[in-house]
Amino acid sequence: MTGIGYLELLRLTLPEIAVALAALLAITLDILLAKHATRKIRIHAAVFVGCAGCAAAIFLAHNSPAISLTDGMLVFTPLTTLVQTSLLALSILTLLLCDSIRFTDHIGEYLGLILIATVAMMFLVGTQNLLLIFISLEFLSLSLYLLTGFDKRRRQSAEAALKYFLFGGMSAGFLLFGISLLYGVSNSLDLRILATAAGAPNLDPLMLIAIVMVAIGFGFKVAAAPFHFWAPDAYQGAPTTTAAFIASSSKVAGFFVFVQVVTIGLAGAAGTPAFKPGWAPILILLSALSMLVGNLAAIAQSSLRRLLAYSAVGHTGYMLIGIVAHTPQSLAALLYYVLTYALAALGAFAVLQALDTEGVDTLASLAGLSRRAPGLAFCLLLFLLSLTGIPPLSGFFAKFFLFASALNTGDNFALLWLVLLAIAMSVVSLYYYLRVLKQAFVAPPPEGSAPSETPPLTLATIWTIAGLVVILGCAPNLLLGWIDRAVALSLHP
Amino acid sequence: MLAPALSPTLAWTIYLSFLGALASLFAGNKRPQAARVIALLTALAGLAISISAVVQYRPGEVLTVARLPWIPQLGIEYHLAADGISLVLVLLTGIAATAGILFSWNIEHRTAEFFAFYLALIGGVYGVFLSFDLLLLFVFYEIAIIPKYFLIAIWGSSPRLGQKGHAGTLREYAAMKLALYSFAGSGLVLAGIIAAWVVGGQTMSLQALAHTSFSAHFQMGVFPLVFVGFAVLAGMWPFHTWAPGGHAAAPTGASMLLAGVVMKLGAYGCLRVAMMLFPRGLDPWGIHLLGLGSWRDVFALLGLIGIVYGASIALVQRDFKLVIGYSSVSHMGFALLGLMTLNQIGLDGAVFQMFSHGIIAGLLFAVVGRMVYDRTHTRDLNELAPMHLARAIPFAAVVFIFAAMASIGLPGSSGFIAEFQILIGVWRSLPQMAAVAGFGIVVGIAFTWRALTKAFFSSGPANAAEDPLAPITWPERLGAFLLLATTLAVGLYPRILTDLILPSLDSPLFEGLRTGAWR
Repeated sequence: MTGIGYLELLRLTLPEIAVALAALLAITLDILLAKHATRKIRIHAAVFVGCAGCAAAIFLAHNSPAISLTDGMLVFTPLTTLVQTSLLALSILTLLLCDSIRFTDHIGEYLGLILIATVAMMFLVGTQNLLLIFISLEFLSLSLYLLTGFDKRRRQSAEAALKYFLFGGMSAGFLLFGISLLYGVSNSLDLRILATAAGAPNLDPLMLIAIVMVAIGFGFKVAAAPFHFWAPDAYQGAPTTTAAFIASSSKVAGFFVFVQVVTIGLAGAAGTPAFKPGWAPILILLSALSMLVGNLAAIAQSSLRRLLAYSAVGHTGYMLIGIVAHTPQSLAALLYYVLTYALAALGAFAVLQALDTEGVDTLASLAGLSRRAPGLAFCLLLFLLSLTGIPPLSGFFAKFFLFASALNTGDNFALLWLVLLAIAMSVVSLYYYLRVLKQAFVAPPPEGSAPSETPPLTLATIWTIAGLVVILGCAPNLLLGWIDRAVALSLHP
Repeated sequence: MLAPALSPTLAWTIYLSFLGALASLFAGNKRPQAARVIALLTALAGLAISISAVVQYRPGEVLTVARLPWIPQLGIEYHLAADGISLVLVLLTGIAATAGILFSWNIEHRTAEFFAFYLALIGGVYGVFLSFDLLLLFVFYEIAIIPKYFLIAIWGSSPRLGQKGHAGTLREYAAMKLALYSFAGSGLVLAGIIAAWVVGGQTMSLQALAHTSFSAHFQMGVFPLVFVGFAVLAGMWPFHTWAPGGHAAAPTGASMLLAGVVMKLGAYGCLRVAMMLFPRGLDPWGIHLLGLGSWRDVFALLGLIGIVYGASIALVQRDFKLVIGYSSVSHMGFALLGLMTLNQIGLDGAVFQMFSHGIIAGLLFAVVGRMVYDRTHTRDLNELAPMHLARAIPFAAVVFIFAAMASIGLPGSSGFIAEFQILIGVWRSLPQMAAVAGFGIVVGIAFTWRALTKAFFSSGPANAAEDPLAPITWPERLGAFLLLATTLAVGLYPRILTDLILPSLDSPLFEGLRTGAWR
């Protein structure tokens, strides 16, 4: 380590500190207000503090210099700034949704935990050091377990948290084992130094074991089949806002760090799709399995949350294609995909939050939504069609960019079969998304149902997300151009 | 090549349709009359724009409608343009949309939503016909899928007579089948266009790609992918099964659009994308499998099977709507066969057939769905026979007679010009198939005659104590008049269309097709 003073370190991590301070402030403020203020005011105060903290962090992140400390402990590039900004924006949207939570009285703690998870994600994104990656990842996971089990009134919430924790703990073990092997091979925790060791012409067998372990560890985190078993239970049991957070922000962070580890640290150990050992063949397997398992299992679901969870597994499968191709173009496409996916998934959960379907979320409960709440139904239509990949919504362009970049790797369409599988599975996904929309638009509303009331802030958030889904679809270059520039500036081949 | 001509107003056919959809939504289900008027005005505006564009069009030129960078780093532009072939289909869309709205005037259930989905579908269709950027074309093509699903699933009726099960479930089944078939087809197309984008130097411009010389090997691989993908929507046998059920289940206005313009999206895509960009995909393979020597033989044969198969099935249907549904498969088989002749008269006939069938199928569905079914609440030919519809609603009978005459290709109707040209083209380049296609026409006459006599002119005893049927309304008269006038005008003076189509087939865009297998 070079001699970097604490003051300097504080200055460099100002964005993270801003969010952490907001978390502490939210908790303190809530304790102070608990006796004197109504629940409504407490929520508003906590949401406001949280959003202000995230907004300040976005501002600070944009003004921080591009740096790279030795050992890769802190690495700020235009790309990390972009991802951190997106994560903070997603956190703001999640916090705004929390305005209508009803399941707990510990408002400050709940929102504080979301903010703390956000801090963990920011560190996770801004480092290229294996140890710091592991610590931030566990920090993030721990916050997520707590958030999952936060609804103490329902046993399913605790059950989901326990399952999530057990699976997550096991995956952490795999990951740590893999990281220790990587350290053993390269004698360094810095991804860039690891790259020189991993780039040897003949792959060390130890290295291969390490790669498999890391793939399993991250496979759990991003919910790739066959390591996806926690996802349906966690999505179903967790409070809606937590599920939204897991499906959006933590997915983005998880994928970004996955990309960093394999494309920077293991850059030379990709192997080829055609049987040269490395991580590419492993990820191809995970990708194909995830697409098949996720999309086919989603058909059979009668719970909307489980359906979204399985479809999330399917989307993980598509996104892994972007890592397998690992060209700058495909990584940019992957980022575009994961960000727009996060928006649409967040939106879908936001609609569930607005409907207040805690516990009861069968497809049939959506019956006649278009007449009970036309606005919500329309937004749900946009989100689900974006997830399917129907233009002009952002999800279509995400799929197009991803598939085009996967075929544009210059090796004579090596990934063609994977892309064809992905397209075929998108067709399958239309079936189950349409089943949901059929309930919302075609089925008659149940007898005696009143038009449902949605809190205005939640409604405004949903419309904002819907607007983003449409705008990023009609003008995909707004985001893609930014990502392209950041990738070009940040990735050194 | 002529100087590039500008026609920015054509783009408003698209924008107005989408704006009309939004306006209709804002009018709300509680004000159905407002939604109807908005929809009609929107469609009329689109029709007026397309007529004025056709009138001002100078043969052979490519009208640039709009051209803006969209995703420049991937070579994708927002490029709307039109040549004669596009204009023919834009005109068809304008007419079919207007007529469809007139025949949907009696929709009372969730009226505003109906017209919103309807206009969104129209907007997508206009977009496909006007796109000169491959990705943009694909975007509009997929936009059309979702409205189709909801139009059938919400406002449709059961697709089959006497089938057990809840009518709602059955129409949802038909709607889902249609959506999945369309989406699967477009998936094939997507794979093909991405491959073309990668190999063709990362541009999506149709004009640039048309002048890219892809290797013959590549074209033979991609051509069937893209062609089949589009042909699914054109109702090519054996991927036609969505069509009859979907048409029968759809509400009248949607049936008219499905058969009238949506199937043409498929045929248009086959010509504009598959054949224009990958003409060498039609070259001989060099070997013969089962007597077939190229993709051209394969697809010509499938088109031919579609003609005879569709007509034969239509001959034995009890369901009046399914008769028309299967006849669409048969007539679209002619369009596909015409495309595969690869000679000028055959291709001209194919595009002519797209227009002609769009008008005639619309007319037939209007009679069956709106004039007959909405009044009698049955589509069973055996139940219609004793109603003596020729006496009960003579207007419907007269319109159906005219439509049937056009459908079987009697001289003076547009159907005659189209199928005659296709037959000549087939005779010139695929003579062994001409006899079978002629047989298909004969079967076509048979099923049309059977449906006509059974539904309208049955001689059996009349049902006692029938309530008199509601009189024909003005929107129906206007719609029928619009469609009948079109088919007669085009049938009597075909140069309205051929002057648009032929010079465009001679344009540099189709050079690959002409220098390749063209004879």
